[in-house]
Parts: sequence; C-alpha cells; structure tokens
Amino acid sequence: MDYFIELLFSGLTKGSIYGLIALGYTMVYGIIGLINFAHGEIYMIGAFTSFIVATVLSIYGFPLLAIIVIAGVAAAVWSSAYGYTVEKVAYRPLRHAPRLSPLISAIGMSIFLQNYVLLAQTSDFLPFPALIPEFDFMEPVAHIVGSSDLVILITTAVSMLALTFLIKFTKIGKAMRATAQDRTMAVLVGINVDRVISATFIIGSALAAIGGMLIASHIGQINFYIGFLAGIKAFTAAVLGGIGSIPGAVLGSMVLGLTEAFATGYVSSDYEDVFAFSLLVLILIFKPSGLLGKAETKKV
Amino acid sequence: MHFGLKKKLFTAAVALGFALAMPVAGMAGDTIKLGVAGAHSGDLASYGLPTIKAAELVVAKYNAKGGINGKKVELLIEDDVCSPEVATNTATKLITDGVDVVIGHICSGATKAAMPIYKSANILVMSPSATSDDLTEYPNFFRTIAPNAAQAPAMADFAMNDLGFTKIAIIHDKGDYGKPLAEGAKKRVEESGKAEVVLFEGITPKGMDYSAIVQKIKRSGAEVVIFGGYHPEASKIVTIMKKKRLKVKFVSDDGVKDDTFIKVAGAAAEGVYAAGPQDNSSSTMASAAKAEHKKVYKKDPGAFFDGAYSAATALLNAIEKAGSTDMAAVIKVLHSEDVETPIGMIHFDEKGDAVGARYSMYVVKDGQYVVVQ
Repeated sequence: MDYFIELLFSGLTKGSIYGLIALGYTMVYGIIGLINFAHGEIYMIGAFTSFIVATVLSIYGFPLLAIIVIAGVAAAVWSSAYGYTVEKVAYRPLRHAPRLSPLISAIGMSIFLQNYVLLAQTSDFLPFPALIPEFDFMEPVAHIVGSSDLVILITTAVSMLALTFLIKFTKIGKAMRATAQDRTMAVLVGINVDRVISATFIIGSALAAIGGMLIASHIGQINFYIGFLAGIKAFTAAVLGGIGSIPGAVLGSMVLGLTEAFATGYVSSDYEDVFAFSLLVLILIFKPSGLLGKAETKKV
Repeated sequence: MHFGLKKKLFTAAVALGFALAMPVAGMAGDTIKLGVAGAHSGDLASYGLPTIKAAELVVAKYNAKGGINGKKVELLIEDDVCSPEVATNTATKLITDGVDVVIGHICSGATKAAMPIYKSANILVMSPSATSDDLTEYPNFFRTIAPNAAQAPAMADFAMNDLGFTKIAIIHDKGDYGKPLAEGAKKRVEESGKAEVVLFEGITPKGMDYSAIVQKIKRSGAEVVIFGGYHPEASKIVTIMKKKRLKVKFVSDDGVKDDTFIKVAGAAAEGVYAAGPQDNSSSTMASAAKAEHKKVYKKDPGAFFDGAYSAATALLNAIEKAGSTDMAAVIKVLHSEDVETPIGMIHFDEKGDAVGARYSMYVVKDGQYVVVQ
C-alpha cells in the first residue's frame, strides 16, 4: 500500500509538472486555434531568467522568499515580453494564411529560440539553485512527497482555478471566449481582437515562466533543450485532456503522469512511454476530442 | 515589383558569396591532416572539448621541431554533437577535406555511426573515449581507453568486493553506451554468485522526473545502484534519491565521472562512485601534459584529456616511424612498437585496444573526484 501511495505521488508530481506547461498550450489553442510550439521555449527562457536573477540576488544576500518573488516576477515579465513578441512577429502576419503556415512558423520560432539561448548562454547543464526550501512539517512524509512536489502541485491547481475564473468571469475572459467562437463577429461587436490575442500570449507566457522556475528548482538543472522535451510531453497531455479545455489540460497531465509512474512501478520503466502513448491512442480512438474536449462543430 | 526583384537578386548574390567562401580552408598543400571529431557543443561538449586542447598541444610540439618528416601537422576540427546522425556528416566532411588520421569520435553511438565511412575511405580512427565493445570489429579502429568489456566488470566487482554489497539494482539509459555496460555488470554479478541483481531496468533518457524509478529501487531493497549512462540522468537520479531520503550507494561509469556531474548534482553528488580512465597522477608524462595545458589555457584539463593526449602522441609517433600516412604501415607500427604516453608505455592489440589501459574507481569527496584507495 505504501508503495502504491509513493507511486501515486510520483505520478501526481510528474502530472502537475506537465500540467503547468500544458495550461499555456491549451489556452492559446482554445483562443486562436494555433498549436504554439514555441511555448516550451518560453518555459525554458523563464527558467533561464529566474536562474540568472536568483543567482545575482543570492550573491547580494537577499532572503530566500524575496529571491523567489523577484525571480518569479522577473521571469514572468521577461517571458511575457518574448511571448508577446513571438506572437507579433511570427503569428500575427500569418493570421489569415492557411492553418499550416502558422504551425510551421511556430516550429521555426521554437528552433530559433533554442539556438538563440544555446549561443547567447551556454550548451552546458547549469545547476539550478533549490529555491523551494525543505519545509520542516514535510519531513515525516519527505520520502513520499517532497516540499517542491507539494509547491508544484498547489501551483498547478491554483493556476488552473485562476485561469478558469479569468476566462469565465472577467471582461477580458469574455472577450477571449468571443474571439474563440468567431473572430470576425468579435471584431464587429467592437472587441479589439489583436489585443485579446496578445493578452492570451502574455498570460500563457507568464504562467510558463513561473512553471519554468518551479520545475527547474525541483529538477535542479537546466539547459537550452529542456523546453523542447517538456513541450512535447505537455502538448501530449493537452491533447489527451482535450486541447482547448483548461481543466482538461490538467486532467490529461495527471493521467499521463500517473500512467508513467504506475507503468514504471508495476511493469518496467523500459515501457514507460509505450504505456503513456498507447493510452493516448486508445483515448483518442474512443474520444477523438480528448477527455474533456468539445467536439468541434464546423462553422458554415 | 521592381524593388522586390532587386532584393531577391541581392539575396541570391549574398547566398552565392557564402557558398563560395566555404571550401577554401583545408586545401593548402603538403601537410599531415589530423582530424579531431567529437562532441564540441551540446550536452556533452565537456567530454569532447578537452580532446581538441590535447591535440593542439601535441601538434604544436611536433610542429615546433619541424613537423613530421618535413611535413607540418594541421588540425581539422569537426563537431558531431555526440549524435550518430551528425557524425556521419562529420566523417564525410573530414574525408572530403583530405584528412589522414582522425582522433575521435567521443561518444560510442556517434563513433559507431561514423566508422563504416572511415573504413571505406581507409582512414585510421583512434578514440580517447568510445568504449562500446563492438567497435573493435573495424580494423581501422583504435582506442586509448579500456573497453566496456573491462569497465562493466570493474564496476560490478567494486560494488561486490570493495563495498561488500549483496543486493544490487542495475539501471541504464537504454543507449548504445549505458545499456551494454549495465548488461555487462549484470552478467558479472550473476556469474560471481556473490550478490543478487534485485532490479534491472532501463529509464527514459532526458526524463523530467525519475521519482517513480527511485521508489522502485527503494522497494527492491537494493543496497547499491549501478547506473550505466551519462551524467545528466545520473544527476537527476541522485538528486531525487536524496530528496526521497533514500540512502543507497550509487556506482556509475566514466560517463558520470565528469565535473559537470558534481556541479549540477551538488550535495547529492557526495559519496557517488564512478569508474574512470585509470589514475595517471603518478605518471611523469601525464603531469607534464597537465602542466603544459595549465600554462597554455590557464586551467586544468577536462575529461579524457590524458587519453586524447596519448592518442595524438601514438598516432603522430606511428606516422613518423612508418614514414607515411598509409594506413597499413601506420597500423603495423601501432601494433608492434611501444610509445610513451600519459597513460603509460602502450602499444595496441589486434582489436585496437591499448594494452595497459584500465579503469580506476573514483568517489566524490568534498566536491571533487578522488581515487578510491
């Protein structure tokens, strides 16, 4: 039973790591129907920014809490600037182009950002400081769920709720939903669609940056390639949960994380990915729009 | 419209200019061309870059005394990012540039991919670090590091005999390098009958969270983990082991015996054992090479430096003795004549392995790898 619980929490941690990144994917898709492949890179840039800021601040002897807050804010702002620019440079000019064009542009942006960080920073693995301290009250259960696991779990849950709230109940959320439903109509009723889309990218990027900081602190190392791999897994999770759906992204991530953990624990880690992707195929056969996705109705 | 055309013409002209500028390098006259191929960028650059430095030092020494048989030695440096796909291009590029002998590649997988190309072009290759066993099937392959066949038993014996453990978990990264090592260690443990393999599994490389496998290690009741693979995965595993309060010893290979591992894993690296190329601190030539590196580059040499220095020395010495770069003649010298290198007086057996190269075990102590006595 202990073993089951240990694996359960391994899976939940893994799932919430995927979920934190998947939220940004699914939000952009939900609003403008674009798979933003550069999202993983925005996450990576967030991790690098917080790494640099945290390193500098710790040299000046700031307290840990201040470091987390300042590094988090700096990463969120910096990554948002990247997200905003990427949208403006790579996606906006292609908004009326065939669907495949922005997709290719997104892949290009992803490769560009990876290589940019590779050249501007380093190809080496960098040791990321442990920003999340080992809480004393977690010590009795540390062998099952660590402090950083807990922080990531909570952050993912809070982000999911906050995003759902934002989209359901705020003015900008209403504008986002309108843009998602029918862009031309949204323009006609006076919604500044460009601004709504920019806002979507800014929120998604800020979320990715916070995720980047927490996940890097949990794993303890970063390099220029982390975004690509994280992006692939998070994208898979978003599709599994129903791309475009906010709770779906988190649910899909949890299902993916738990499947991987239990496959490792009870079968063999050799088959971790085999199980995860077999499950993806199965779910998509029976529910093509994902666990919580809405079936797409063609607009005529 | 008109402007657009002009712009296109300009772009075309620039592209053409780039294309023409490329092939000039490496065309110059009568030199001996020593290729250096390996991971010079990417995740594993720290394994490949020291080889360039070693080659530069040895070549500078030969050129200072007038080259070999009146010919200067020239270096052709090509990156393969440790990737088999890129390595084939790297090999083709070196051959097109007229390389005579090659030091490299660094990673076993990349070397394996490149060897058929060198073989068909009759180019001799000597690696300071590729340990995969089946590389020896190429008659043109030599190396200055002991093969996996020697490393795997060294790790297993160390865990069983020196540390005295009887329950061993063996995991690997499913790669060309790590998996055979893990299998070799498993075979050794089972044959010895002194210990039991309680877990044998491959993990997904570049994974984001290895806590499930760590829990599995815990459940298996293993006293020690033997890991076959490279340092990025190893550092993630030992970090999680520390986080999960799992006090199990960790024994790994020379893919982990790198300072990057200690830098990244930090406190979790303390007490980790790793096999590595033999300790050469008592060899005068190794100390001299290290001092030379320090003088020229203002820092200590990195991984596989001694092996690379030995490879460069052995190759250039063989070319000098053979009086040509003809492969058969050079191979004959490599087989028959001893040469003094940082790893000792060596010659090579029929399989291309340096006779005398072996492994030592190291442990991380106060943030540094030190030899286990």
